[in-house]
Amino acid sequence: MSKNAIEINDLTVAYKFKPVLWDIDLEVPAGVMMAIVGPNGAGKSTLIKAILEIVKPLAGSVQLLGSSYRKVRSRIGYVPQKGSVDWDFPTTVKDVVLMGTYGKLGWIRRPGRAEKKLAEQAIEKAGLSDLAMRQISQLSGGQQQRVFLARALVQDADIYFMDEPFQGVDVTTEKAIINILKELKSRGKTVVVVHHDLQTVSEYFDWLTFLNVRKIASGSVADTYNERNLEMTYGAKLTVAP
Amino acid sequence: MDYYDFFTGLFTDYTTQVIGLGTAFLGLMSGVLGVFAVLRKQSLLGDAVAHASLPGIAMAFILSGTKNTLLIFGGAALAGWLATFWISSIVKNTRIKSDAALAIVLAVFFGFGLVLLTFIQRMENANQAGLETYLFGQAATLLRQDVISMGAIAAFAIIVILLLWKELKLITFDPQFARSLGFSQRWMDMVVNTLIVLSIVIGLQTVGVILMSALLIAPAAAARQWTNRMSGMIVLSGIFGILSGVVGTGISSVGNNLSTGPVIVLVSVMIVVISFVFAPGRGLMALAWQKNKNRKSLALNTLLQGMYDTCRSHQNIKHEHSLAIIKTLPGYNRKTLKALRHEGLVSITKENEWCLTDLGISKAGEAIKSGRMI
Repeated sequence: MSKNAIEINDLTVAYKFKPVLWDIDLEVPAGVMMAIVGPNGAGKSTLIKAILEIVKPLAGSVQLLGSSYRKVRSRIGYVPQKGSVDWDFPTTVKDVVLMGTYGKLGWIRRPGRAEKKLAEQAIEKAGLSDLAMRQISQLSGGQQQRVFLARALVQDADIYFMDEPFQGVDVTTEKAIINILKELKSRGKTVVVVHHDLQTVSEYFDWLTFLNVRKIASGSVADTYNERNLEMTYGAKLTVAP
Repeated sequence: MDYYDFFTGLFTDYTTQVIGLGTAFLGLMSGVLGVFAVLRKQSLLGDAVAHASLPGIAMAFILSGTKNTLLIFGGAALAGWLATFWISSIVKNTRIKSDAALAIVLAVFFGFGLVLLTFIQRMENANQAGLETYLFGQAATLLRQDVISMGAIAAFAIIVILLLWKELKLITFDPQFARSLGFSQRWMDMVVNTLIVLSIVIGLQTVGVILMSALLIAPAAAARQWTNRMSGMIVLSGIFGILSGVVGTGISSVGNNLSTGPVIVLVSVMIVVISFVFAPGRGLMALAWQKNKNRKSLALNTLLQGMYDTCRSHQNIKHEHSLAIIKTLPGYNRKTLKALRHEGLVSITKENEWCLTDLGISKAGEAIKSGRMI
């Protein structure tokens, strides 16, 4: 067993005609809380989607917890971007959170009492107890984000991937979410977060990856969070030959 | 035949029973599958599939020389399924967007189907007559064995949906999360698309290729107005579908020679209109009522706060002001003042001077402090 939670080699992804990720090598040690930062279109979401085999890479390999994603799928949790679903969908908070148990259940089997209990606990942890039976279209942006977080908590994973979990939430919710993430870390989980607010990077995270189509830098926040990397990521625009 | 005959015929007359059952099956199936089409925002896919089935129908006839229902179903399903496959592969492999891909495939298939129909009309085959009823549908042509096939297909679809309910709900709501859990989107898309194709195919004989997609979408769109659960939506949409099918067939058979398809579709659209206007919560009436309520409560708050500010600028908070002053405040009209008085927040003296009551002062103070409305 390697000590790295995530190992990526030569990963390249292209959407139709445009390269999105170019030759990424990345190693993330287990138990860190890592932010992925980079400008719009840098491929941050795509990196997570490629790791989770939601998009198919052109080349490269990904190892999670020392083996392929297929083998460890039940130990991975995922929070997609809030905007990736239709919040007017006819369902309740509890039903969405319950979806976090579907992966371990597999095909056909329905969630039973044990799964419902897990969902209730996660709902409580995310501070949604009063809203459990609420229709999801009646939630605020912050509450929607908490619903997705609760669903990921139900997955009871060893590695969590979160795509902009702080997008559109107020300060109180952001603090509440970060506290839950810190608790996950304290239990030895690895947390990977696509993050936009450079101000809070060093406060929230201990590991950091700069991404702009290519990997600019990756390592502990203390080692990597500097002007040079920021400028290389955000300053000069990188162009990549197709 | 009049409405009474049709209604009693549903229980006594064999032919009416066959037709009633047939339209009920197709209404049920298209209602249920329509929920997936609507929630997946693929409402137009049904239209493409329905139109695209025409060349399949014609080819099945040309190759077999008969109008055997199962062969026609098979031809229509194959053509419809090919159309969904082409649409998704165009979207996947080119820069053409899905609406354009849909329109292209629909036009190509339907045009080809029409060409084949004219070709068939020149053929020397005694069976050829009546194939064009597939354009607008004709419930009277339904036979016992057709209805048995429709029932079997509807039962199959419902069993698949019950078995895969969890997966279908997940992939419809959040396909990316579903894929991260290892549920194959390609498989699930194929299951849903196949069922949608089947639901359209079983309606072609009765409703016709041109309007069949409406019966797929209308019951689901109507059902969404009344419920906030996907399961409730499926049940309600199925019921709306059955209603549209049976009532539409009734009207068409009473009206003699009215094409069944358009009538069934009009009935389903009536259900949509009623749902859009009257449904609680999402209906237009409910929205208008809520908007009116909000407007009133805003006016009430504005006036109360204005009065509160005026009063506070006096040393004596209960100083009585003349009516002329109140008329200059924002939000004033007689109704609003009356409502405030009715709620005991404002009192008006005999000399037509007003002041805030104790309740009014505390409520206004609270509202300003908390930023909430009274």
